[in-house]
Amino acid sequence: MESLSNKRKVLESKPLNLWERIYLPAVVKGLSITLKHFLFKKDVTVRYPEQKREFSENFRGMHSLKRDEEGRERCTACGLCALSCPAEAITMIAAERKPGEENLYREEKYAAVYEINMLRCIFCGLCEEACPKEAIYLDGDIVPADYLRKDFIYGKDKLVEAPLNQ
Amino acid sequence: MSIFYFIAFLSILFAVLVISAKNPVHSILYLVLTFFTFTIQYILLNAQFVAIVNFIVYMGAILVLFLYTLMLINLNKNSEPMKTNLVKIAAVLGGGCLLVVVVAALKATGASDPVLFKDPNLGLVKNLGKVLFDEFLLPFEISSLLLLSAMVGAVLLATKDTKTA
Amino acid sequence: METGELIVRLVLIVVIFLISLVIAMYSTYAERKIAAFFQDRVGPNRAGPAGILQPLADGAKMFLKEEIIPTNSSKFLFIVGPSLAIMTACIGSAVIPWGQQIQIGSKLYDLQVTDINVGLLYIFGVVSLGVYGIMIGGWASNNKYSLLGAIRAASQNISYEIAMGLSIIALLMVTNTLSLKEIAAQQHGWHWNILRQPFGFILFIVCAFAETNRTPFDLPECETELVGGYHTEYSSMKLGFYLFAEYINMFVSGAVMATLYWGSYNYPGMDWVAGHTGPVIAPLIGTVVLFAKIFLFIFFFMWVRWTIPRFRYDQLMDLGWKGLIPLAIANIIGTGLWITFFK
Ligand code: SF4
Ligand code: SF4
Repeated sequence: MESLSNKRKVLESKPLNLWERIYLPAVVKGLSITLKHFLFKKDVTVRYPEQKREFSENFRGMHSLKRDEEGRERCTACGLCALSCPAEAITMIAAERKPGEENLYREEKYAAVYEINMLRCIFCGLCEEACPKEAIYLDGDIVPADYLRKDFIYGKDKLVEAPLNQ
Repeated sequence: MSIFYFIAFLSILFAVLVISAKNPVHSILYLVLTFFTFTIQYILLNAQFVAIVNFIVYMGAILVLFLYTLMLINLNKNSEPMKTNLVKIAAVLGGGCLLVVVVAALKATGASDPVLFKDPNLGLVKNLGKVLFDEFLLPFEISSLLLLSAMVGAVLLATKDTKTA
Repeated sequence: METGELIVRLVLIVVIFLISLVIAMYSTYAERKIAAFFQDRVGPNRAGPAGILQPLADGAKMFLKEEIIPTNSSKFLFIVGPSLAIMTACIGSAVIPWGQQIQIGSKLYDLQVTDINVGLLYIFGVVSLGVYGIMIGGWASNNKYSLLGAIRAASQNISYEIAMGLSIIALLMVTNTLSLKEIAAQQHGWHWNILRQPFGFILFIVCAFAETNRTPFDLPECETELVGGYHTEYSSMKLGFYLFAEYINMFVSGAVMATLYWGSYNYPGMDWVAGHTGPVIAPLIGTVVLFAKIFLFIFFFMWVRWTIPRFRYDQLMDLGWKGLIPLAIANIIGTGLWITFFK
């Protein structure tokens, strides 16, 4: 049948000639190629934990809960991130800011508990997009491995940015 | 001598197990052990070449082929062919005849004298080769012809008929 | 046999056994490293400096893993399989001469466990026995993939044994002896058999690849078709035994090839060395040379593994029966003609 695009190439496969059929020349050629790799080519491995490949600019790693320029937590526990999360990885418990805590929390309502289950999270970044307060960004490192499931539920201790002047 | 009796006992034991084992694969494996005891017997006779050839050809090749075919055939308990009474009677008769012949033969010859080697090193490769290609050349060549014809027969059976295919 | 010799032999047996185990262990490491280098990677580098303790870690892992015996397997044979595999792999090295006679005190001792005068055939026998370990294990697992792997192993081994035997016959016509000790001694200096039987050697090494189930002939454990091949159902140290047996086999076949074709412990200029170092050091140097040759062969095995893809099964059988066997017979005839007309 005539092909429509006319891109089809007809390849002739001739029966192997004697030189090809004794295999050994081809084998030797292959061996020499691999030997070149063995002797001369440098390895391309990045020795990971010690050495890190540079991340791309829009790499999405571990979440961090941001502080504003005065060092107050930005999150207001609105729950939009949890709502938008397709993996349902985020839970939080909201609390009201007490008088005298204004230097700790920017809004009147804040997240007393904020947990992300890193085993559920798919690092899609939707929480980041959903946040009206620009409180959460996935700008961290790769989430490290661990032994127990419970250790993958990251609370505020791990998520909130370090206080400003420290 | 005691080694001989021990090994001979083992041979017979394994040989009995070959026919009494329920599972055909097990019985082949017992057959392997039987042949292994034969190999030891040959070594005791200082017939190293025969011993090792027995080892390679029988244990290493023929029995592997046996095992191979047995593994391919699905031998379940219920696929065992029906043993009708007729077959059983025939088997008993056949076995009885064999027994009679064996007993008769034993009676006729009586206890043989222990075999004495003229040359204890007869079994070594060099001597064996000389004997085979000298004294026993004709039977040797004839048996090789036999094997050749068997081989040609096998090839014939295996090749496709070009006309029909 | 007097006591001195007995002690030397016992020591030799233990030493060779340990050496084969250690070499098998470190072959696994070497395999992974070499594979890595061929593919521009680094390979294991965590356990110890440059990963040198990796085999120990692997061993510990193998021992500590859960042992699973399938319910419907035949239990006894399931255990016999790997034991047989590793046993046959180990006893092959008994007849290989590891060096010249060594002088201790005023006596000469052989560096060989036993010199039976059909040593070559003995190795053959052991190799042909090796397939039982695979077959029994594969059958006893009661798994179709294992069974297929076992059957492939059996037919492959039998087919290539024939070609191997025929290529050795040509060698025997040249050497006139079956004793490995004499074959080794004949190749004094540079009179290596490879010079007299180059073609036979090529046939032999191809068959050796097939007999040790190494790529390109590793169809019994072809994971793309058969899951794990004959050891699909095996776990823990029983699997370890199978893998170990493969590496010991590689070591032994390397030793056999070095002994038969590549001059065993002989090297050019050995007389000069012997004259300068004396009757204790010189044989030891020979042994080192032999081991160097064996390591080269092991390297070659790995090199081929990481270069050549696997054959298809019908190609394998074609190569064995229609390629190697006729060539081996031609080699015998050629050798016969050469002996009659040029010697
Ligand atoms: S990155 Fe995606 S999956 Fe992970 S917590 Fe945010 S919204 Fe959920
Ligand atoms: S992180 Fe942003 S979206 Fe999530 S609860 Fe806090 S303020 Fe709302």
